[in-house]
Amino acid sequence: MIITNIEIIPGRRVVQHLGMVQGNTVRSKHVGRDLMASFKNIFGGELVGYTELLTESREEAVDRMKQQAEAIGANAILNVRFSTSSVAAGAAELFAYGTAVILE
Amino acid sequence: MYDLMFLFILLLLGYFFGQMAEKRHFRSIIKREEEYREILTFAKRFPISNEGDQKAELVGGNVVISVDYFKRFAASLRNLVGGRVTTYESLLERARREAILRMKADARRKGLNTIVNVKLETASISKGSQSQVGAVEVYAYGTGLLSSHNL
Repeated sequence: MIITNIEIIPGRRVVQHLGMVQGNTVRSKHVGRDLMASFKNIFGGELVGYTELLTESREEAVDRMKQQAEAIGANAILNVRFSTSSVAAGAAELFAYGTAVILE
Repeated sequence: MYDLMFLFILLLLGYFFGQMAEKRHFRSIIKREEEYREILTFAKRFPISNEGDQKAELVGGNVVISVDYFKRFAASLRNLVGGRVTTYESLLERARREAILRMKADARRKGLNTIVNVKLETASISKGSQSQVGAVEVYAYGTGLLSSHNL
């Protein structure tokens, strides 16, 4: 499974387009991590816990998108975009979408 | 009286530790930018040329940075008169440069030497009911390529 955010894959030709695939995940903050974050809010600096949390969540969203693409028989996803939105206080939705295609 | 002292102590702590952390972070950013110089990044949508690109893969890096207490206080004062909020400008600059560096590190780990179609996404992580910016998340992503041609 090749994933890119450009419209082509260098040296490969698209045989068939299969439409859009997507994956999302909603994550909320951890109380322990939130406590650490409020300390960091005094001193400033990187919130490592949140960085990791968001990285994991994005991977999860991409995995779900991949599963969807595999289910319809694609072997690549082009033009992938990410979007983040906060649904409620303390929870964020991470969303990934792209075009599933079959490469020769 | 005690409230005022508490606020003063928080401001002092925020000022000293925040300045130290920011200076340290900028030094490390400048050092690593030198290190990852040979990985070229482009905001254009297509590869430079289709010849010689052997690999294509999504690469990305993210960072969440919090602003310190003193800076938040200074920004809330700035809110009264309006104008440039310099304390938040440096926060966002640090976050963007750090995210781009982590994306480059990801590309190097995957054995790629060029990144095209770089997109930057910024989200503010607000704390509870307060609408103030407590922390900011920046995610940088793009398509990493392995190019054999000389650009």
